Amino acid sequence: MTTETAGPLEASDSGPRSTGSRTTLILGIVTLLALGVLVLFGLILSPADENQGEAVRIMYVHVPSATLSYVGCFLTAIGSAVYLWRKSRWWDLVAYASAEVAALFTAFTLVTGMLWGRPTWGVFWVWDARLTSEAMLMLLLLGYLAVRGIAADYQVRAKRAAIVGLLLVPNVFIVRQSVQWWRTLHQKPTLTLAGAHIEGLMLFSLFTGFVAITLAFVWMVIHRFRVAWLEEQVDAEGLDTAIAERRAEGVVS
Amino acid sequence: MLRDAWLIARKDLRLEMRSRVALNQVVPFALLVLVLFAFALDPDRGLLEKATPGLYWIAVLFSGLLAMQRSFAVEAADGVTDALRLSGLAPAGIYLGKTLSVAIQLLVLEVLLGVGVAVLYGTSITGWLLLIATIVVATAAISTAGTLFGVVASGLRVRETLLPLLLLPVLAPVLIGSTRAFEAALSGTPSEGWPWVGLMSVFAAVYVVAGIFGFGPLMEES
Repeated sequence: MTTETAGPLEASDSGPRSTGSRTTLILGIVTLLALGVLVLFGLILSPADENQGEAVRIMYVHVPSATLSYVGCFLTAIGSAVYLWRKSRWWDLVAYASAEVAALFTAFTLVTGMLWGRPTWGVFWVWDARLTSEAMLMLLLLGYLAVRGIAADYQVRAKRAAIVGLLLVPNVFIVRQSVQWWRTLHQKPTLTLAGAHIEGLMLFSLFTGFVAITLAFVWMVIHRFRVAWLEEQVDAEGLDTAIAERRAEGVVS
Repeated sequence: MLRDAWLIARKDLRLEMRSRVALNQVVPFALLVLVLFAFALDPDRGLLEKATPGLYWIAVLFSGLLAMQRSFAVEAADGVTDALRLSGLAPAGIYLGKTLSVAIQLLVLEVLLGVGVAVLYGTSITGWLLLIATIVVATAAISTAGTLFGVVASGLRVRETLLPLLLLPVLAPVLIGSTRAFEAALSGTPSEGWPWVGLMSVFAAVYVVAGIFGFGPLMEES
């Protein structure tokens, strides 16, 4: 996508002009290759698990995306903090982009977790500490994105979103702590990955999963950031452009 | 700052004394919720008594949400927000004052609801010390977070729907903590409840700090 620039231009001379660049193109190709390798190792070369059977293959995408959902949440908090401190639009949009991608990864984690849980535990959902805190993370991120979606001035929206984004991290910590106590007071944690013995090809597949999913995360955040940046530019230029166009019409007639 | 807080709290409470919205609408709503729980869970099976802590705190959260929305609705009309900014009161003071007035209203609500569950659900009340400590810290946690998110949602067309979405997931640990602490107190094992009181105190402390520093930027804009 390229930007049509009619009318006076101000801030858009710096910053992205399209949703992709040469770097993201290369990154995208590398990501696709990594995902191909992941499919090869995850679905074909690695063996089925003794206990979990074929369902273990879900883990190769589930575990990395769960990790990255938290990474995205931290990135949002960092972006929000820097925005509040330096009033940097760039960091504000980093926070926005990573929150949206983090929400996607959280949803993906929940869905793959349920798909894994059905054959392994016999149910889609158990009120385990890990599952519950991931679901709460999803709800917290949806709250943040709801603030991003409010119809208000850029300044108003960005500032309110930054406060909510900054509080994501303490909230996630407190929620995790409370949910852990909540469950462990009544029953033992139902799943611990530490207990599972993992080695050889399976470990390598999981490692490939981390690399591929991380690359995909970075690629998506960069693209989302560039789209958000362009959206802001369109908003800022929209009025100027409209005035210039109307003036031009007046001259012709 | 504290003097400003006291001024704002007195103003808000005086508004409530005169308008009686909390008394005439929020308290009846809270009691209505208690009655609705009885309809949903058959009272004869003893479920209500067993579930009292959870039902009590859900009723507090839902009716508290109304009180918090009210706390910012009174500022929204007639450009009062601008007047408040022009008044020269410290933003942190405004935050603390609003928190205090919400907390006092919540405490009144909680006492009434406590009488309600004792009478309607036949719950026998034991472990007073833990119960009171839980009520105090949970109220602090709900009102500190509620006031901060209340101002985040204030002045927007979507504020009525945005505030619950923002606030309820954030308050989930408080709901878990206060419910478990109440269960511990009512079942006569208060030692299980104290860690939750500690967790909710940490929560309230985080939000007091966030509110004191975050309220200024939020008041400046728009």
